[in-house]
Amino acid sequence: MNAWANIRTVAKRELGAYLTSPLAYVFIVIFLLLCGFFTFMVGRFFERGEASLVGPFFDWHPWFYLFLVPAVGMRLWAEERRVGTMELLLTMPITAWQAIVGKFLASWLFLGLALALTFPVVLTVNYLGDPDNGVILAAYLGSWLMAGAYLAISCITSAMTRSQVVSFILSVVICLFLILAGFPPVVRMLEGWAGSWLVELVASFSIITHYDGLQRGVLDVRDVLFFVSLIAFSLFVTGVILRGHRAG
Amino acid sequence: MIQVENLTKLFGTKRAVDGVSFSVERGEVLGFLGPNGAGKSTTMRMITGFIPPTSGRVRVGGFDVSEQPIAAKRLMGYLPENAPAYTDMTVYGFLNFAAELRGLRGEAKKKAVHRVVEMCFLESVLHQSVETLSKGYRHRTCFAQSIIHDPDVLVLDEPTDGLDPNQKHEVRGLIRRMGEKKAIIFSTHILEEVDAACTRAIIIDRGKIVANGTPDQLRARSEWAGAVTLRVQGLSVEAVKEQLGRLRTAAKVIAQGDGGRVLATVFPRNRGDGELTREVLEATRGWRVEHWHTEEGRLDDVFRSITMPDTQR
Repeated sequence: MNAWANIRTVAKRELGAYLTSPLAYVFIVIFLLLCGFFTFMVGRFFERGEASLVGPFFDWHPWFYLFLVPAVGMRLWAEERRVGTMELLLTMPITAWQAIVGKFLASWLFLGLALALTFPVVLTVNYLGDPDNGVILAAYLGSWLMAGAYLAISCITSAMTRSQVVSFILSVVICLFLILAGFPPVVRMLEGWAGSWLVELVASFSIITHYDGLQRGVLDVRDVLFFVSLIAFSLFVTGVILRGHRAG
Repeated sequence: MIQVENLTKLFGTKRAVDGVSFSVERGEVLGFLGPNGAGKSTTMRMITGFIPPTSGRVRVGGFDVSEQPIAAKRLMGYLPENAPAYTDMTVYGFLNFAAELRGLRGEAKKKAVHRVVEMCFLESVLHQSVETLSKGYRHRTCFAQSIIHDPDVLVLDEPTDGLDPNQKHEVRGLIRRMGEKKAIIFSTHILEEVDAACTRAIIIDRGKIVANGTPDQLRARSEWAGAVTLRVQGLSVEAVKEQLGRLRTAAKVIAQGDGGRVLATVFPRNRGDGELTREVLEATRGWRVEHWHTEEGRLDDVFRSITMPDTQR
């Protein structure tokens, strides 16, 4: 009970920090513009003539997130360390994991807010046709989980450094690996020289492989579990890194 | 309230803090002195549980900081070095955040925030963002955060750093008043603060405690302690030096001309027995002494002689 109150206090502060910074609004606008542009122009939503968001809308999310989520997550710990507020936060009567989870939840909620603001595209597709809204909901959930996974990785890189720029670049690189491991062209290239078990192993670590199922409306427990455990593991690593810094 | 036992911290192979032990009871204000890099902040960070010690232990109110960190942290207020604060928040928001983390809710929270705002004179900037505050206000905001739950133990790392003389005076007064009911440790490198606020002082150098005592005890370790300074008219510098130097308890005499007068200081052979003063008074009977006084000793002198490497003395 007490733990939850602490997490909520930290999350509330963090969310407040997002919503008072102009950068957050710039982020939301860029995200929405990208979504709109790729769905209607590049994704040729109208020309497709099908009442579905899978191809034209959700397909792009792993790539948007690749740059946008590290931008949201980069300040989480790097800024605390640079300004020295980490010392303040961690000498309060709360545990480190409460602080880590609180900060993560705030950023994740913020990403959820950005994602929720794409609702006009759902309205559009419902107006034009008769889509399966269950599938759309599952895809949204998958997209949000994927954003959480990226964000948790950004938490790690943010805890590693005082510099937000370094944190950003590192997490983009790591996330790129996680995408490419299951990206069809890469998988095909791997198949050329590696055994199929290896290809499958690598692909099973990919965010894309697990997102694909969710995106198509298949709520597979294994996919959800993949994202949840990736988040949990990353937050755990964040805790280890923070402890490492303090131990000197 | 605070027990520090054999506290040691290694950074790589460097011993930042090396076997430090001391304790602070309720009603005590402990001044933590030392040159830059002596290990003051590292010690304080270990006391507050921010960094784990390499060995040794810290107990606050009976709770081991490593084993029961939450219980120990509840009793403590901490002002870190450089007074960090969330720059994107208002002073009011920041203090509310601190109060909530301290478990204060509703009416109790409101009261606590109001109390520290008054104590630290923050009304005028209450709804300003921390980013726009001057250094003094930012410092006081962070200080306010540390006392928001009226803790039994206060750990303040350079609480007067960056304040103007009036604010310094204010903060010292605050520390002294709060020290009557709490156990306080504060670090500083301003020696006059030891007199202004401390009941006891520890000097730490290269990770080790080199002196521990009340300000008066520390001062008595100065070579100035018990020295007699006098201003004399109608005698030459040489004559004064010669006559005072003959005294049985005088170790050394320095004297200089001062516009027709002589300003002389006699240092005692044995500090603190008051014998020298008596002898000087006897010897100078019949002299035209304009002024004389016995030195109490100088803290800066003690500080320098203890913390400077031998080669630089």
